[in-house]
Amino acid sequence: MYGAGGATTSYEEMEHTSLLFLWGANPREAHPIIFHHMLRGIKNGARLVVVDPRFTSTAQFAHIYLRVRVGTDIALANAIGQVILEEGLAHQAFIENATEGLSAYQEKVARYTPEFAEAVTGVPASQIRTVARLYAQAPRAIIAWTLGITEHHNATDTVYALANLANLTGHIGRYGAGLAPLRGQNNVQGGGDMGALPNRLPGGFEVENPEARARFEAAWGVKIPPKVGRHQSLMFDGMEKGEIRVAYVIGENPVMSEANHARVERLFAGLDFLVVQDVFLTETAALADVVLPSALSWVECDGTVTSSERRVQLVRKAVDPPGEARDDIMIIQALARRLGHDWHYTSAEDVWNEVRTLSPLHPGMSYQRLAAAGGLQWPCPDEDHPGTKFLHDRLWKWPVEGKRAPFVPVDWEPPRETPDDDFPFLLTTGRRLEFYNTGTQSRAYHWPRGQMTYVQIHPADAERLGIQDGDLVQVSSRRGSLRAPARLDPTLAPGLLFMAFHHPDLVPTNLLTVDAWDPKSGTAEFKAAAVALKRVAPRGSWTEDMLGKEVSRHGA
Amino acid sequence: MSVTKTGTVTIEVDGRPLDAEEGATVLQTLRRHGIDLPTLCHYEGLTPASACRACVVEIEGARTLVPACSRPVQNGMKIRTNSERVRRARKMVFELLASAVDTSTYPELQAYMREYGADPARFGDDVARVSEPVREDNLLYVRDYDKCILCYRCVEVCGENAQFTFALSVAGRGFQARVDTGAGTPLPDSRCVFCGNCVAVCPSGALMPSIEYHMREAGTWDEGRQQVTTTTCPYCGVGCPLELHVQDNRIVKVTSPRDHPVTYGNLCVKGRFGFAYVEGAATAPVAPAATGRD
Repeated sequence: MYGAGGATTSYEEMEHTSLLFLWGANPREAHPIIFHHMLRGIKNGARLVVVDPRFTSTAQFAHIYLRVRVGTDIALANAIGQVILEEGLAHQAFIENATEGLSAYQEKVARYTPEFAEAVTGVPASQIRTVARLYAQAPRAIIAWTLGITEHHNATDTVYALANLANLTGHIGRYGAGLAPLRGQNNVQGGGDMGALPNRLPGGFEVENPEARARFEAAWGVKIPPKVGRHQSLMFDGMEKGEIRVAYVIGENPVMSEANHARVERLFAGLDFLVVQDVFLTETAALADVVLPSALSWVECDGTVTSSERRVQLVRKAVDPPGEARDDIMIIQALARRLGHDWHYTSAEDVWNEVRTLSPLHPGMSYQRLAAAGGLQWPCPDEDHPGTKFLHDRLWKWPVEGKRAPFVPVDWEPPRETPDDDFPFLLTTGRRLEFYNTGTQSRAYHWPRGQMTYVQIHPADAERLGIQDGDLVQVSSRRGSLRAPARLDPTLAPGLLFMAFHHPDLVPTNLLTVDAWDPKSGTAEFKAAAVALKRVAPRGSWTEDMLGKEVSRHGA
Repeated sequence: MSVTKTGTVTIEVDGRPLDAEEGATVLQTLRRHGIDLPTLCHYEGLTPASACRACVVEIEGARTLVPACSRPVQNGMKIRTNSERVRRARKMVFELLASAVDTSTYPELQAYMREYGADPARFGDDVARVSEPVREDNLLYVRDYDKCILCYRCVEVCGENAQFTFALSVAGRGFQARVDTGAGTPLPDSRCVFCGNCVAVCPSGALMPSIEYHMREAGTWDEGRQQVTTTTCPYCGVGCPLELHVQDNRIVKVTSPRDHPVTYGNLCVKGRFGFAYVEGAATAPVAPAATGRD
């Protein structure tokens, strides 16, 4: 909406804002050190509003907690917008100067009264009004979100719904006011910035823009395909249809990390040729024809990563890689040479210096400066530039500089799967503090409370089903069934189950999740699957070999 | 962008006039002018506990010696940083501490003791010593309260200074005072989230990562052979800088730079302890009591 793919604010600003509005984010566990900045902000007087279906450890710090039903965020956001407009709290001067399309938005949100939204979201209408006033009247406010927003079939629309609120109130483009998607992995931001997206070239250029392609074609001496490529969900569809017969997977474990595990495993197993380049012999690598052992990027190689505040930071070699493992850059270069391209990069810094000549976001970021400054935030156009704390101050120039920020009216739709008689619970998935993703990194260290994934269930549901803490239960969705220990969790709402996905070796959570995906981003709806639950064995009577094993699979 | 208007005042230090920023502490002001004082409990960025009394100075008009770490400067303040009275008080602080706790992993305190000629043995043989079992109830870090000087840094960093976990407090009074998890609860049963930020600020080695503890026990810990490389954490998208302490091509410890705007030196459990999967990582021996799944 604003023309840049990254958080508009910095961590520092979270310490000096007046309202932190966390939506579908649990930074206390998933981004602990960003949450330190938020805690400093709260200590300095900021209010904290948390929107989450679970009363998370983050929500426990909130001044106002909104227990939203899974996947109803757009209805809530539209209702907040409706109240702001209805009560005359919108920032008229900002809207007139810097945005466009208000009337269509106003028309769209008119029916999202707080009472209507209460019926959809479960959040009381009075709370919706309170939060709308708080957000609109805050001198500075930051909305931050993570996968609670983006792992839905209408993820992009939900982000638009949040950004519309920033447009309405002018909480964008000023110090301490903005929008902050908190990135889940240490280089999600950098990967996108470098063009590892189907529609982008390095530096944020659109693939379908001929001038942008010409810039890179001139530098690289090759033709760049003029069409947007496939994101992962479309690749899976392509494999399904036999259009994709070969895959080259670098540093990912999709067989375990993607929704509907049984289907993904079948697709990868059915390829003609699979190459996996990884540090571990993952479940995906186990299916490969060729495994290229790579070195760990953050400790066995040099390079850069980019954080959730657009800060480019160095990673440095500190220990030697084992055996024949090689730096990813050198593996890719060796492969390029076999394919007839005469590449001659001698180091990661060499590649980086090429990035600096092609991406307008990065020219000022020499390795030397990155090391001395502890990282620099893009854009950083030249070597005298200090980097950029927050984006889009252009929206506050009178008249506005560049493109106006459009309102994007969106409607709420329920998740693709909702509970019914056969599958009466809604399962949502997410992270825990002490583990990470499919566990390949976090499995080895000695977490003092044990390595395990649970099915977390509200005590009232547990009582109804005769389930006690520590019982072995079977969870079934339309895709498959598995067994896991139950843990009673009063932070959930009745009817809602929660599972982490960090121990697929014990409990392959993504056997259950649904592979419905957002047509705009390609991300699957990990956050909402309808499931059934039954007790298998009481606490103390089952052994570890009884769990973790899937019972059946239908999703293949 | 917190805007605090600060003025400049003048103070007199050991007979010499110095400018000082209003609101700064005596310690901050002296260090800015290159005058150092001994400190033990002080840690820049943490709320001053004023517990150790190593940094005391004489301020004209004050009845007692004053801890420089917490006293704000005032215009016209006259300070003596190194008088006989001050030196005698500091020496006594070091002697009392060293008579009660094990200073073997606290080289800074040992250096102060040499500088001030401190002799803890002068209190006699049956002196009161802290004598607690080493608490090793997990494989990430070890607590040896025989080395604890009760500086409160761990309590502060676990509380409102950074972590807001409040797993630690000080229980007991006088000589019986100990940092405690609540009725002596083992760490895995406490509120602790194992971020190890307490370990990072501990000055005396009372809190120590398990790997370092066991390497010291085995006599293999050698900081002279360690190289420190700053990289970025491989886990979530925060981008915490990590200092990898590497000895013989093995990661033996992870810290974060105190002056970095992303972490201020703090990390979570994954960043600080989650490196065991690296081929070049040292490991702590597995104590039988500290294994097992729940």
